[in-house]
Amino acid sequence: MDRAEVDSRIRSLIEPFNKKGVTITDDTTFAGDLEFDSLTVMDFVAAIEDEFDIIISMNQQAEIEKYGQLVDAVCKLADD
Amino acid sequence: MSEGISQPDQPEPHPGEGKDLFSKFDSLIGQRQALLDSGLEDPFNLVMEKVLSPTRAICNGRETILLGTYNYMGMTFDPEVVAAGQKALADFGSGTTGSRVLNGTYQGHRECEDALREFYGMDHAMVFSTGYQANLGIISTIAGKGDYVVLDIDSHASIWDGCALGNAEIVPFKHNDMEAMEKRLRRIPEEAGKLVVLEGVYSMLGDIAPLKEMVAVAKKYGAMVLVDEAHSMGFIGENGRGVVETAGVIDDVDFIIGTFSKSVGTVGGFCVSNHPKFEIMRLVCRPYVFTASLPPSVVATAATSIRKLMHGSNKRAHLWENSRTLHAGLKELGFQLGTDTPESAIIAVIMPDLERGAAMWEALLKEGLYVNLARPPATPANMTLLRCSLCAEHSSEQVETILDMFERAGKATGIIG
Repeated sequence: MDRAEVDSRIRSLIEPFNKKGVTITDDTTFAGDLEFDSLTVMDFVAAIEDEFDIIISMNQQAEIEKYGQLVDAVCKLADD
Repeated sequence: MSEGISQPDQPEPHPGEGKDLFSKFDSLIGQRQALLDSGLEDPFNLVMEKVLSPTRAICNGRETILLGTYNYMGMTFDPEVVAAGQKALADFGSGTTGSRVLNGTYQGHRECEDALREFYGMDHAMVFSTGYQANLGIISTIAGKGDYVVLDIDSHASIWDGCALGNAEIVPFKHNDMEAMEKRLRRIPEEAGKLVVLEGVYSMLGDIAPLKEMVAVAKKYGAMVLVDEAHSMGFIGENGRGVVETAGVIDDVDFIIGTFSKSVGTVGGFCVSNHPKFEIMRLVCRPYVFTASLPPSVVATAATSIRKLMHGSNKRAHLWENSRTLHAGLKELGFQLGTDTPESAIIAVIMPDLERGAAMWEALLKEGLYVNLARPPATPANMTLLRCSLCAEHSSEQVETILDMFERAGKATGIIG
């Protein structure tokens, strides 16, 4: 799956969680810019996992702070 | 007024000045101070000056009914339990001053493990110094690098800390959501080691897990299953073995974790298992090895209490009756509860927010009733809860008194109309 496709699918998944309508770039942070709390993170991660049929463990989540890192991680996981 | 007055001549502050490692707690310190400044009694600094029985104490100078102690079976003042502790204290001294694997295993520790094996009908039992350490030790030791721990998002802190201490991949799923659990198990590489961690009773809302179905799904994917029965031991199940017993899956789970600090009425933790290699845990489990063992009096009281709990069916029946009466009464009064029906000896009353929750907690304390005030991050979905835990020694009259207290306090604070 190419990065552009992963990016566009995650963009549509993030919409209901992006309550403030923040403009999303690769540098957008989940905790800072999007103000995701732990419950939102769980629901958002579950939505991505279901969409791509992957697991993003909490250990992997800890390495992902920015939107771009998430897209990269999902590309890699979906290819494995 | 000139701006000069509000901006006096002063040196530029250096970045980081006045900050140290405690600065990260500033917002919590502020929130706590605001609560105390409003004149409320500190919900997290209660002192029991005198304990009169498993259900009554003098708290902050007032005689109080205890409805938040997890002392489900009321064993803390059982004469045989107390006598066993006194005898062990006299015969074996005040403490072991040593690890279980060195000089800290006395006859009493063995007898306590024997009692647990009989209680659960399992081959192996291992006693830890606290229930927290039992989860910490077992989870972090058996799930290693490359293995997966699949756990309920509402798991107790000791389970999460066991995950954090180990090196496994941690995969949480939505509370009691079987489909979410199965999806995650299905996606884990088939050859990877898997541990599913569940609780019989979840202590915040007092709800139980659908263990029959969940254990079956876990087994289908080749996972080992650990069930924490801290809040059900002694009370739930025909023999008080917990939700695993009611659900008929006690032979399918690999590990049961429990505690002595609830129904058993003292302190300590344990893990029971039928795994043929279980005994190696005693050498490799660091929270078991690198801490002092329980004092002789504690294991003596625990062993005596566990043996009495095997025959506690009358007390179990009365505790269920108390739980049903309180749940129905609170619902009738108009309180919002954590479960639609009583599922355990915990009944959680949901408060609109922390401020009103704290006000209600204080109003109840002034009525002469102690419950737990539970707040985020310990609670699911950022709820503020007044958590009630019933005791088999609460009389039916006490439960009626408790309901009257809730009615007066609820109306005074405007929680109910």
